[in-house]
Amino acid sequence: MSSPSGLPRLPGLIEAFNTTFKKEIIIGFRNRGDLANPLIFFLCIIVFVPLGISPDGKVLAGLAPGMIWIVALLATLLSLDRIFQSDFEDGSLEQMIVSGQSLYWMVIAKVLVHWFMTGLPLTLLAPLLGVMMSLPEEGYLPLMVSLFLGTGSLSLIGSIGAALTVALRRGGLLLSLIIMPLYVPVLIFGSAVVRNAIDNSPIAGQTAILGAFLILSLVLAPLAAAGALKISING
Amino acid sequence: MTLALSLNNIACEIDDRVLFSNLTVQFNSGDLVQIVGPNGAGKTTLLRILTGISSNYEGQLSWCGHPVPSYEFYSSLLYIGHLTGAKASLTPLENLSWYFGLNGSKAPGGDESVANAAAPITQASILQALEAVGLGGYENVPGFQMSAGQQRRIALARLYLSKAPLWILDEPFTAIDKLGVANLEKHFNKHREQGGIVILTTHQSLSYAEPKMVDLADYAGGELWGGER
Repeated sequence: MSSPSGLPRLPGLIEAFNTTFKKEIIIGFRNRGDLANPLIFFLCIIVFVPLGISPDGKVLAGLAPGMIWIVALLATLLSLDRIFQSDFEDGSLEQMIVSGQSLYWMVIAKVLVHWFMTGLPLTLLAPLLGVMMSLPEEGYLPLMVSLFLGTGSLSLIGSIGAALTVALRRGGLLLSLIIMPLYVPVLIFGSAVVRNAIDNSPIAGQTAILGAFLILSLVLAPLAAAGALKISING
Repeated sequence: MTLALSLNNIACEIDDRVLFSNLTVQFNSGDLVQIVGPNGAGKTTLLRILTGISSNYEGQLSWCGHPVPSYEFYSSLLYIGHLTGAKASLTPLENLSWYFGLNGSKAPGGDESVANAAAPITQASILQALEAVGLGGYENVPGFQMSAGQQRRIALARLYLSKAPLWILDEPFTAIDKLGVANLEKHFNKHREQGGIVILTTHQSLSYAEPKMVDLADYAGGELWGGER
């Protein structure tokens, strides 16, 4: 295990990934308020829609796919800025860079935990909200599948914006402006899956595109986020 | 093997103000270097350049013939910045497990015996290091329940565990009590006797160790605020 130069060697990629993942999970569960925040936001809006628009089942059913998707997107957006914020403020980000480990894998680990804490609970909560919005029966499974794939992309794409704005005092507004256009395709295809399912149209195509978005953002977004983090910390 | 961090003609300019220039100096095994200079002279900036965090400089840096930053450099480096990277929501044990999960012990390999080089960081050794920095019994207390000095000691415990030869420390004595400072100074001495390099900034003068001074005022290019020195 010695390098030819006699200088030390670092732990491998897998160990570094596991360590980061473990740390993020511990921190995530220790700050349970952050975990509940987007979920409560999600729940609030969906509770308010029938009260504010119309309690009529037919009206709600028409709105349901788009509404649930929009709120899921906003809930993710709300939680984005904390992906890197605390690491930047307490110097952990500097330590990650000077550890010499690949920032790419550490970003993936962090985003994965972010998805566990927001995207996954949103996906699991979605059927309940479907009931509140009188979503037709055929829509439930497609809704969960589309949210499962879509929220993964949302977290990954969002990490780019979070990394770019981490050094700014009030980066929230800028973060939304940077990320919003990138979220549009995910929203279009995600809600289309549910709408088509309700209309009994085929959904395989849209689902496949959501999957492709997920793979594409899994490969490219951490690369962009890692680069953006290095720039943020350099300034 | 002798280690060397060489700075060749390093210059740094921020917002049209030259912080320092023509900084050419080499740090070798056994050196304890104290970087001094008035507030705003660029001490922290220099350390961030040396660690490869900041690339806002001109000139060449090399570590034993390798460029900075590079894998060879980072695998020898232990850096504690102004912000220590110790998380307030984690306990000291978790903080150090994370740090050493990323960094490993950084023990030199090469001609050393393989068993020695691969000595892993165990929970027992972490507890020992926490004992050494005066945090014995606090290993499972979350950081936010600790005082500022204790939180910094979590980060300083890395110095008692890591085998990294190059230490770069930004104001390591901040919020540390007198006895703690004395212990740290003795630990720095021990590290350099073992052939390591310690580069630190502090405004205190060291009482147990004779540092090699680098005064940034000697390299100041433009006008610093105040002008008078």
